[in-house]
Parts: sequence; structure tokens; C-alpha cells
Amino acid sequence: MTKFSDDKLKKVQEIMARYPDGKQKSALLPVLHLAQEEFGGWLSAETMDYVAGLLNLEPIEVYEVATFYSMYNLKPVGRYLFEVCQTGPCMLKGSDDIIEYIKEKLGIAVGETTPDGLFTLKTVECLGACGYAPMMQLGKNFREHLTREKVDSIIEELRARAGN
Amino acid sequence: MAEEKKLFKVTIDNITIEVEPGTSILNAARMIGGDVAPPAMCYYSKLKGSGGKCRTCLVEVAAGSTADPRPMPKLVASCRTNVMDGMVVKNITSERVIDARNGVVEFLLINHPLDCPICDQAGECHLQDLSYEHGKEGTRYEFGRRTFHKHDLGPYIQLHMTRCILCYRCVFTADQLTNKRVHGVLDRGDHSEIATYIEKSLDNDFIGNVIDVCPVGALTDKTFRFKNRVWFLKPVDAHRDCPKCKGHVTLWYRGDEVFRVTARKDQWGEVEDWICNECRFEKKKTSDWVIDGPTNVNRHSVISQGQYLGLKMPTEVMPEVMGGRQPRLLMDIHSVSEVNRKDIDLSKIEGPAHSTDFEKPRPNGQQAIDNNQ
Amino acid sequence: MGRKLLLNKAHVEGILTYEVYRREGGYRSVEKALKTMSPDQVTEEVKKSGLRGRGGAGFPAGMKWSFLAKPEGVPRYLVCNADESEPGTFKDRYLMEFIPHLLIEGLIVSSYALGSNRTYIYIRGEYAWIVDILEQAIAEANQNGWLGKNILGSGFDCQVYVQRGAGAYICGEETALLESLEGKRGNPRIKPPFPAVKGLWDCPTVVNNVETLAAVVPIINDGGEEYAKIGIGKSTGTKLISACGNINKPGVYEIDMTISVEEFLYSDEYCGGIANGKRLKACIPGGSSVPILPANLLLKTAKGETRMMTYESLADGGFATGSMMGSGGFIVLDEDQCVVRNTLTLARFYRHESCGQCSPCREGTGWMEKILKNIEYGKGKKSDIDLLWDIQRKIEGNTICPLGDAAAWPVAAAIRHFRDEFEWHVDNPVESQHRNFGLAHYADPLPVPVTA
Repeated sequence: MTKFSDDKLKKVQEIMARYPDGKQKSALLPVLHLAQEEFGGWLSAETMDYVAGLLNLEPIEVYEVATFYSMYNLKPVGRYLFEVCQTGPCMLKGSDDIIEYIKEKLGIAVGETTPDGLFTLKTVECLGACGYAPMMQLGKNFREHLTREKVDSIIEELRARAGN
Repeated sequence: MAEEKKLFKVTIDNITIEVEPGTSILNAARMIGGDVAPPAMCYYSKLKGSGGKCRTCLVEVAAGSTADPRPMPKLVASCRTNVMDGMVVKNITSERVIDARNGVVEFLLINHPLDCPICDQAGECHLQDLSYEHGKEGTRYEFGRRTFHKHDLGPYIQLHMTRCILCYRCVFTADQLTNKRVHGVLDRGDHSEIATYIEKSLDNDFIGNVIDVCPVGALTDKTFRFKNRVWFLKPVDAHRDCPKCKGHVTLWYRGDEVFRVTARKDQWGEVEDWICNECRFEKKKTSDWVIDGPTNVNRHSVISQGQYLGLKMPTEVMPEVMGGRQPRLLMDIHSVSEVNRKDIDLSKIEGPAHSTDFEKPRPNGQQAIDNNQ
Repeated sequence: MGRKLLLNKAHVEGILTYEVYRREGGYRSVEKALKTMSPDQVTEEVKKSGLRGRGGAGFPAGMKWSFLAKPEGVPRYLVCNADESEPGTFKDRYLMEFIPHLLIEGLIVSSYALGSNRTYIYIRGEYAWIVDILEQAIAEANQNGWLGKNILGSGFDCQVYVQRGAGAYICGEETALLESLEGKRGNPRIKPPFPAVKGLWDCPTVVNNVETLAAVVPIINDGGEEYAKIGIGKSTGTKLISACGNINKPGVYEIDMTISVEEFLYSDEYCGGIANGKRLKACIPGGSSVPILPANLLLKTAKGETRMMTYESLADGGFATGSMMGSGGFIVLDEDQCVVRNTLTLARFYRHESCGQCSPCREGTGWMEKILKNIEYGKGKKSDIDLLWDIQRKIEGNTICPLGDAAAWPVAAAIRHFRDEFEWHVDNPVESQHRNFGLAHYADPLPVPVTA
């Protein structure tokens, strides 16, 4: 059953209180973020319907929004999501090579997940770290100044973390 | 009282009219009529919030108003820009507008499948009309056209997403006519699509109206699918006592058989009164209806082929648009042909017109001379 | 050393915390504004300062504030645009990450001026960790009486909330941002009405960039006239520039708009010159949307004058030979970079970020990307270059929002200044796959027209 814990429900209430009465739809983006974190890193139709119920919206209003923004995953992703920037400034600093290297190292194409379910590789457009390029988003944080060696150590670090 | 109401004077393509404040440029141009009215693919006067998206109705504002006569730097969407007193607008008299409009039409067509030969909308498709007027013969687009996963919207409505131009009219219709919208625009950019996300049929009592508002063949009537070409059908206005809607419809006949039922549409192709699904999909017998008479069909529609009855001549605006000059004709067709003589009123001819209808009465009962002999 | 007004304290240890920020003179402007000035006087100072919107369009901020409709009984809103997403731009991130209280301080003063009791910071979803930093700063401001009810006994109530986006460049456009803040798809609205009349939840709203709102702090502290003394002409005050690409010292710099492009690019105080001893080929001086300039038009204008880091000088020559200050994203390309490839990545970016609402942008951006891909990968034709030109021309100015222009300009400028590089790609489909066109003549001095 898709349901937030009492703690998270309190958080939802808190978010809804940020807006004037009757404007609870504004809580949709933050609550979808919360739902994605809570329910396996992606938004299933069931999750979205649950969010619609919480905010008293029609499910289609939630689908429309969830499919518009690139940060909502509409399919399951690996435990660690590599989102590598490939826009101009990162390209100038060698992001193409980093993407190739990750593909080679993990044996997956862009958009795929490793068979062990650990890593998913995505290419993304400018994330606002142009001065620290090449870079990727990993969960809540950025990993910047990427080199092949740095990619190696990130993958090692995450494998070790997953082993625990 | 009438004097108290201040009207705005607006000049569109050299024709000046007075309109109520709050009127859009597009609606003011429609009041003038004819070629001065910009095409509108997404705007729909009966749908709140519609318009502004397709960019086919862009016009040039050569002077903003009497108070501030500066021109607007960019072309504006005439459907969403209100007239100001003393505004001067250029539509077909602006090269910039024609150029931009040709560009928009090209953009709308690059990913369109151009499958008119198998499209039920053919003959009443606004994109088809627009392409005839502004399109080019060839395409400069050399890439594969966009495709989508197919979605089933249930037993009444057929969705062909590849034909959609994302006018959002069907979304507004569902929002404003039904109490629960289940379809919408999903995804973003060039992959935006009309869909329900999870397979759901559209089955609200009034949802069939999305078929009528769709300017292209993206949403068509499944109960009429591949049954007939619209130009082979004879549209007849009819009504019935309907508990849900006003029951004013157009029946589309071939022989004695009603092939489909639609809402009645005005000269701009807009629905006059919304109709319910029962009237549209379930009442396909003549006995269900009281016949009002043949439908007035716009002269420029292919459906008007051979059907001149009740014809209303369009306003001729060319001389006015051209500042009083008459269009220069390369030749006067009437000097070599007797067909389509001005003094013969086409609307008085029952059924298709034949050359015999144009024969001049001969003083001594002679037959008309055949020029080819 | 140029004057710094925003980042002068950014390197003070612990400036992230309220205690240190306050000890360093923080929140003085709130005291001054709320205790000694009326809201209109605050607006007047901002007008006098000549502060221009730092998000990209450069519209005078004080004037924008004065357009705000103030009907009786209708709430007004201030929304801070922290959706920084323009490629090459990462200045707001720096400000929020390292000196968040400066933004909160600016927000309180601005909210007071505009009468906004609920103020929102709309931040791009990817800056997830910065949300925590800002919320911490807001909590501290609340604890210390800078936010909440009856602030400093002035009768003014204000609360600030952070709203996180979810990945959409288009939400940096102010009306798309408002749509998103209302929990909808980020589709820009058709204007008019403008947000100043009908904005958030149909109420009068001002949307300002992070840096703009932070600049209100020194303007109130020192007075608008003092602020206006810095800089040249209509480029008043200081500007954050985020420098990236092939330079020795990428990062965020505060400049006082009195220095030349050459100084900014080559001095050790700023970019420190081109990395790896290479030569400059081209630069996009104001974020990916603004026209790219070859080296020989970057440092000097077409008239042969020194190009300065000001709104006017960067735009000198119009689009024919100039560019724009834009959002201050300074992207440098060295001699080994390929302008075709760079343009392709930008075209891909704009296609990816188009909301899809209006036809020219939805269809045109994808078309340009496909053609550029062909040219880049050796499958292009000469006629493709003219076709690209025609497509961008038909997008520009014909769309609902400025994203269409933003997508068209980089393509137009690349063809305008680097046409021979495009042609070389077409003529050398094999060679172009393993070698770049190089610097060619792009750094050669241009003949300066002699005027009688």
C-alpha cells in the first residue's frame, strides 16, 4: 500500500500550510519530490494517484505535472542515479569522454540500469555547475571536476556503500 | 444611452471599424470578415483561456493606439491581444505577417503525417485549409516524423496523436464542459502528447465535443471511422428534444442513411451549441430527429462541392484592403467563358451546377455555340 | 581590486551562520528600511540606484517595482527567481550557497517595499542541498525576529518560503515560474496580463532574480545614489559573473562594471587567461542564449574600441558585431573547440527545455538540433546552413516567451561569425570527424572602418 508515514504526512501538512487557503495545488511539486524519495526513487501511477488524493486533485493534474519536469522518474531507476551534464560548458571540458567512460565501465547505455540494479546512467542538460565541469548529479548532491579516476572512485565508493 | 458607450476605432488592413473595448484583434477582424480574419488553429471563442499557442494568427500592430501610436516591435497573437482605440493592424497587408505565418505553417507540418488520404478529418481539416493557403509544395524537412505510443480512448473517440498540433482545445473542453477531466497534455516539448497516462476511456456525457473542437484529425468520431468521406455526405440541420443538451445538430447523410452527427458550426468552424454524447453517437436514425433543412456550408469548404443551396456570398474585401484599388486581373474569365456568370445566382440552383445552367437565353431559340467546334 | 558589495563578506569564516552574518553588519538594511523608511522610499532608492534585473533581461528593477498594481484588499507577492538554469550561469547558486542571509535580508527589505507578506523563493530542483541552506537561514531569521509578525515593531508581517522546482529551464521565465509555483506545468503565460497586474494566484506579483534582490541590501545601506556611482552609464553597481569553459580560474566573480573584457579574461584577479597556454577562439559572454563572439570581436568592438564588461559595451554593435550581458554566464572557448559542436549542444539544450506550447519553438528547436547533428557528424549539406538560418529567423520573435529567441540567437550568431567553420564541416565530412577547424582567422585583428 502506498502511504506516507505519519512523519511524512506531517511534512505534507507543513508544505500545504505555506500557501493561502484553497491553493493547496501549489504543494504538488514538493510533495511529488517527497513521494519519489519515499517510494523507491520513482513515481508509479499508484504513487501519483495517492498524491492526487492527498492534495484533492484529479489524477490527470498530477500526471501532467509529473511528466513535464525532468527530475521525476516515471520508471524505476537503479539505487544510484548518475545524471551527467552534457550541455555546452560541460562539453567544452570533456563531458563526452566522461559519459563514454561511464558507459564502458558499467557496461550500460545511457538510460539503462546495471543488471545488479545499482546504477542508472542518464544524460541531463545544464545543472548550473559550469565552472566546476564536467559534473554529475548524484542524489541530492553534485559531483564536480570529474575525471576518469574520479568516476572510478565514485563507483567504488557506492559499491562499498551498497555492500553494507 | 448608446452615445455613452465609448467604442474603439481599429483599422485592420486599411478597413476601419468600431468595436467594444475588450474585443480582441482577431474578433474585430472577424467582424470585417473575409480574408482580413486571421486563421486560428488554437483559439476558440467558446473556450475560456484558449488561444495564443499556435501562432498562426500573428499580426503586425503598426500603431498601438491614438494615445501611444508607437508600433509594437514583435508580431502579436491577434486572438489574445485586445484592440486599443486608434490601433492600426496589418494582417494580409504585412509581408512580415505572411512570412511568419508561412513559417508557422511549415513548423506545424514538419511532423504532421500528411496522411490526409486515410484521415477522416480530410475535407473539414483546418490544417489542410491552412496548408492550401500558406503551405509550400515541397518540404525542407528531411527527417523521420515524430511517432507516439498509441492510446485507446474508448469506444467513441479515436486519437491519432501524430496529427495533433497541441492546440489544447480538447483539454479546455474537458475542463469546462465535464466535471472530471481524465485526459490532458503529458510530457513536454516536441514530445508533448494528449493522453490519459493510464489507459482510460473518455466517457463523460459531453466529452464527444472534443471531436468537434479538434482542428485536425487527432480526435475523430470512432463510430464514423472510415465510413465515408465528408464531401460525399450531405449535411442537414436537425433537432430533437434532448434532456441533456439543446439537441441542435447537423446530420450527415448519404442517401437516406445518417453516417454521423455533429454539432452545428458557425462560419469560423466553431460549434454553435455543445451536444451530448447521446445525440452524437446514439441517434443515427432520421426518425430520431426533426429536420430543419440543409446546412449552410462555407463556400471555401470542399464539402460545398456541388452544393450551392442557401449559399451566402462572402464579403469581398480585396479592394478595401488594397486602399480602394481593384485587384489587377490578368484576364477576365467571363470574356472567354460563360460558366460562373456573375448574374447567375448559384444559391438558386438545386444540386450541382451544370454548364446548361449558364446558357444564355437565345433570342431565336438557338443552342449555345460550343467554342471548341 | 574592484569594489565588491555582495561577495565582500562571502569568505568570512562562518558567514553561513546568522551570528557571524549579523556580527559583520548583516540585517542593517532591514533595520534602516523598516524603522526609518516608508515602502515607497525603499522603492525610490532602488529606482535611484539604477539597478537592472540580474536575471538576463536587464530591466530596471525599481521601474518593475513601480508597475506593481496595488488594489485594495488584494494580497501582493514577491517571488524570488532562483531557477538559475541558463548554461554558463551559476552565480546565484554561489550567493545562496555561501552567503544565504544576504538573499534573505534583501528579500525582507524588498517584501516590505512591495507589501508582500508571503514571499517565495523558487529554486531549481537540482539545487536540492541549497534548499536546506536557505531554510536554515530563514529559520534563523525567524528566531531573531527578522521574519514573522510585526517585524521590529513596524507592523509589517512577512514569511519567506522555499519552493523547489523539478527540472525545467523554462521555469526561469517568470510566468512559467508562477505556473510552476501554482503546482502546474511550467507553461509560460500569454501576456498581457503581466505579473505586476495578475501574477501568482492572479494577484499582483513581482518576480526578481536572486542577485537583484541581494543588491537591494547595499542599495538601502549606502543609498541608491551611492550605488549608482559605481559602474559606467546605465550599468550601475556590481555584477556577478560566472566564468567557465577553457580558462585557468573558472568561478564566480563580482565586478564593478568598470573593467574591460580583456582584463576580466586575462588578469589573475579574475579568469586568469586561457587554460593550458592555448589561445582564445570565442566567447559567449552572457549565458548560452546570447550571441557568441569570435576572439576578434570580443576584446574590441567593431569600431576598434576596448570592449568593457558593461551592459552597453557588451551589446555594442547590436547582434551584427556585439552580444549581451545577459545573465553573466561567461563561457570561453579555446582554439581547440568546435563551434559547430558547441552550437549543437546548445540547440539540444533548448529543444530539451522547450515547453512545447507554441508551434515555432516546439517544432523549430528540434529541427535545428537535427540539422546541426547532421553537420557535426559529417552528413550536412551547404544548403543546411541557409536552412538553419531561415528556421532560427522564423522562431525568433514569434513565440509566446523568450525561450524561442534564446534558442534562435546562438544558432544565428554561430552562423553569422563562424560560417566558414560550418562550411568546412560540410566540405570535409571525414576530416571533421577527427580534427577541429581550429582557431583559423578568428583572432586576427579586424580592419577598423575609418570614419571621416
